[in-house]
Amino acid sequence: MTRLPRWLIAVAIVAAAFAVLPLFGLASRANWSEMPSQLASADARTALWLSMRTATASTVLCLVLGVPLGFAVAALRGATRAVLRAVLLAPLVLPPVVSGLGLLYAFGRRGLLGETLEAAGIPVAFTTAAVVLAQAFVAMPFMVISVEAALAARDGRLEAIAATLGAGRSRIFAAVTLPGIGIAVAMGAVLAFARSLGEFGATLTFAGSLEGVTRTAPLQIYLARESDPQAAVALGLVLVALAIVIVAAAARPGRRVVQ
Amino acid sequence: MNLNAIVGVSARGVNATLHVPGGQTLALLGPNGSGKTTVIEALAGLTSPDSGRATLGDAILFARDGERMQVTEPRRRGVALVTQDASLFPHLSVLDNVAFPARARGASKSRSRAVAHDWLVRAGAEDLSARRPRSLSGGEARKVAVARALASEPRLILLDEPFASLDVDAAVALRSLLREVLVGRTVVLSTHDGLDAIDLATSVAVLDRGEVVEHGPTAATFERPRTAFTAAMAGLVWVSGVWAKVTQNDGALVVADGQRLEASGPGIGAGLRAAVALDPRCVKLVPAETASAIRDTVRALEPRGDGTLRVRGSVLWADVSIAEVARLLPQVGAPVSFWIAPKPNAFGLND
Repeated sequence: MTRLPRWLIAVAIVAAAFAVLPLFGLASRANWSEMPSQLASADARTALWLSMRTATASTVLCLVLGVPLGFAVAALRGATRAVLRAVLLAPLVLPPVVSGLGLLYAFGRRGLLGETLEAAGIPVAFTTAAVVLAQAFVAMPFMVISVEAALAARDGRLEAIAATLGAGRSRIFAAVTLPGIGIAVAMGAVLAFARSLGEFGATLTFAGSLEGVTRTAPLQIYLARESDPQAAVALGLVLVALAIVIVAAAARPGRRVVQ
Repeated sequence: MNLNAIVGVSARGVNATLHVPGGQTLALLGPNGSGKTTVIEALAGLTSPDSGRATLGDAILFARDGERMQVTEPRRRGVALVTQDASLFPHLSVLDNVAFPARARGASKSRSRAVAHDWLVRAGAEDLSARRPRSLSGGEARKVAVARALASEPRLILLDEPFASLDVDAAVALRSLLREVLVGRTVVLSTHDGLDAIDLATSVAVLDRGEVVEHGPTAATFERPRTAFTAAMAGLVWVSGVWAKVTQNDGALVVADGQRLEASGPGIGAGLRAAVALDPRCVKLVPAETASAIRDTVRALEPRGDGTLRVRGSVLWADVSIAEVARLLPQVGAPVSFWIAPKPNAFGLND
């Protein structure tokens, strides 16, 4: 590798400090000796447990819906694809509170589908299901992008060979294409899980902050930040640790691809 | 199961007519870029032809039907393809790759694997069963691809350059496998090497820039190539001209510049077009003044890998040893004489 210019290294060090300093900030406020008892508190445990459950459910939803959507988008051509892509990936850059509002007016009690759902006996808004929907809404683009990019990199040759060997469309999808992009799907799932775990704005807007029902870890942290900053920091550090583990896990299959 | 095909892919300048009698092997012979892979992929259904018609037995593979092409889905063709890169499924073990066709037809996992195992045994590759395609050598991968193709119980097998980029040992092993398993099957194999055709194919179709220029039984086609192109593919020196009859059996080929090349040619009518195809070892370079030699001008000097120099004239060429090069010092543009011994056999080109 060629040597980098010194000024570039200097800027990179500033950038790295910028990225890492907030983590030290959190750590500096932590009361390490009381951390176990803070995390063992009912509030923290309930919120963390709810976060894990909803993020898992949201990831499953992203897999079930996002993978076929990624395939469909990849199959489109031209302007249709560009437009559909832009619309479908918008939640990625939308302010989460706007996403939450949108969800509210779609699935909420007075929303587009809300009355139908209510009549069917499935109230959504301000339930745990709403948390999962909010998370899946903002996280699904990660799955769609991953799948679509992986498909774009394939030339379809193995699929064509599979067809000559007698395989129908569904078998080619399940036995050739899907395993072929398995790493991308896993990557999409990891990113979707991470995004779901950190979801705050859309959840607060659409699902509210009911203890044990919709109050996930980020909401708990926000609630506790003034009343009990140390507890907020403790919970925050758990999320930091989870994030680092997730990112590290996502990088591993990447190395396998290179190999 | 006869294959009759006219394959037209205008985007790649291909318009090739082929015929393979059921149970026989056709070699599709041509240099790189002649359209071999396009023809093969069109028959398999990987490339869409825009004209022509192909039938396998009674079944139509594709056919021009008025304005549109009628195309049978690849999976309903019963046509298996072994590509140059083997195209094994990277996430499946060798065994499961070969089990794939049976699975696709709805056989159970255990049944499919049993079938696959049998094919791997026949291909002499059962020791590779548990391996991943990534860990196979080129020769091993192609063996597995052949086993997988056979496992699909195809009515037609297509092999695209089966020996390309294999080392000598791997090519020998694959050749003996193919000789064994292709017996009685309808096969098209593409190659740029005449030896593959002689070795494996009952008939040969010579492809030049997308068109079949010669099509016939392998031995006869190579003994009496009707085009310079086919002769070149067969590694033969080829000269055509007009037959000057001397006796019933003998005469001379009168080449472009009026020189006569003595040859035997029983039954060739005087004044008809005829040709000779010579083993390069029969053509010698002699000193320019040698009597009754063919006079020519050196057009090109091509060093061969085997320590000989190919001296190309306008009419003939010869592969010359280093010792002779030192003795005769052929130079581009200089006159040169070729000597042919023994007397060659000519054949008519008009029939």
